[in-house]
Amino acid sequence: MIVAKRKPFDEIMELIQSYKKVLVVGCGTCVAVCLAGGEKEVAVLTAELDMGRKLKDNPIELGSITLERQCDREYLAQLDTMAGQFDALLSMACGVGIQFLAERFPDKPVFPAVDTCGLAVNQDVGWYEERCRSCGRCVLGLTGGICPVTMCAKGLYNGPCGGTNKGNCEISADQPCAWFMIYERLKAQGRLGCILELTPSQEWKDTTPRTLTQPGYKKPEKAKA
Amino acid sequence: MKSGSNLEKVLRAGHFAFTGELGPPRGAHSEEVRKKASHLKGQVDSVNITDNQTAVVRMASWAACLLLIQEGIEPNFQMVCRDRNRLAMQADILGASALGIRNMLCLSGDHCQFGDHPTAKGVFDIDSMQLISMVKLMRDEGKFLSGAEVDGKPQIFIGAASNPFADPFEWRVHRLAKKVKAGVDFIQTQCIYNMPKFREFIRQANDMGLTEKVFILAGITPMKSLGMAKYMKAKVPGMDVPDEIITRLQGVPRDKQAEEGIKIALEQIAELREMKGVAGVHLMAIEWEHRVPEIAERAGMLPRPSVA
Repeated sequence: MIVAKRKPFDEIMELIQSYKKVLVVGCGTCVAVCLAGGEKEVAVLTAELDMGRKLKDNPIELGSITLERQCDREYLAQLDTMAGQFDALLSMACGVGIQFLAERFPDKPVFPAVDTCGLAVNQDVGWYEERCRSCGRCVLGLTGGICPVTMCAKGLYNGPCGGTNKGNCEISADQPCAWFMIYERLKAQGRLGCILELTPSQEWKDTTPRTLTQPGYKKPEKAKA
Repeated sequence: MKSGSNLEKVLRAGHFAFTGELGPPRGAHSEEVRKKASHLKGQVDSVNITDNQTAVVRMASWAACLLLIQEGIEPNFQMVCRDRNRLAMQADILGASALGIRNMLCLSGDHCQFGDHPTAKGVFDIDSMQLISMVKLMRDEGKFLSGAEVDGKPQIFIGAASNPFADPFEWRVHRLAKKVKAGVDFIQTQCIYNMPKFREFIRQANDMGLTEKVFILAGITPMKSLGMAKYMKAKVPGMDVPDEIITRLQGVPRDKQAEEGIKIALEQIAELREMKGVAGVHLMAIEWEHRVPEIAERAGMLPRPSVA
């Protein structure tokens, strides 16, 4: 899933300081699961902002709503009649959702209340670890299911480098070396042959905005409102 | 002859090579480079110029290389993958060759987190292995990585690093084999302190026939003090400093530790000189350039051969 982290409170206060009527918009999917921007977090932030603005003698009128998903027109449509009553929108969705919200209401200032932190696994409640950079050319079949682009601090395709430190990365003793893990796993599977040959330079696919149209589908002439 | 560099000539003539290292300054003073270089002149076959070493900004490696050429010393241009994409790398390779630089060392580079700009974005468009094959493609086939033709091939003796001590040990020789396949001409190893482990690494390289395909220069850094040895043991990733080294330095008074460090290095060089599969020594006397003449002399490395 996509994970995110709430921005520091002072930063959010500063972003919306000149607005008097703000709608806090949560998202009920990824950011709700990772405890950053779901219904509960929307309620907490709304209460904090209300209190914070009162303390600064700058009261604010706040609304709040949590959509099923902010990356989907169907759900954003719920805001069509509501958005007009507010000066600004404060989104707690990931960067994708925030942008889609802004696109839906181009006249409204839209602000992020979270920082999007990547595509991650749920290790435990409240504990997430990044696993994918969505590079667009997956090599996991060669690397024992461990991503060198995400998990190696240098994104090496032919590791491990000379900085491997007792199975850890040179950047930190808390960060396992991706290539050490790749080696161990492939060795256990008897598949070291996968990494004996030189992996050639990557043809990067993520350097321009990407669009995706699945086979059998086509892009509509004009995006439907 | 692939590049015509002095280092290549010395190695191909079968001499035991001896190379040095110089870190460019954190400023624009050329005099600092010239002064350090003066200690190395005539003492070594080629001098590595580090490239933003430990991810700390310094004078550009190619520029310091040019200062060395002006001083009559052959440089070895180090290039890391951290700070440039493939366009900048290929441009620098052409520029280096045009300026008369004939040796290059292809490295991944320390992570930005170690350096003076820890929040900088590391490039790593390609890795050190891919860099080796890119230089080879430009030199031998006259092609850019894109496949387009290079009008005027760069003449470069291609080097790379190898760390026999980083984990997993059993993979190290295979990674060396990958670098050989990618087209490397010479290797300079990480600083060696654990000689038994290095002997084993070279034995594996000999058994795989790698030492017939690539010149391996063994990395030596004399310990200046007990503090340095302890620091390297504890803090430098991928460094293997056995307890014997620490004990030996502990066994002499503080003012004799540098001399003891040099003695250890000299013993290592004497052994490496006789080791099958080792083609030379790369002396990394960190901020100790002025001691290189003495070490070279005592190691029996002088005079350096002159090969036409």
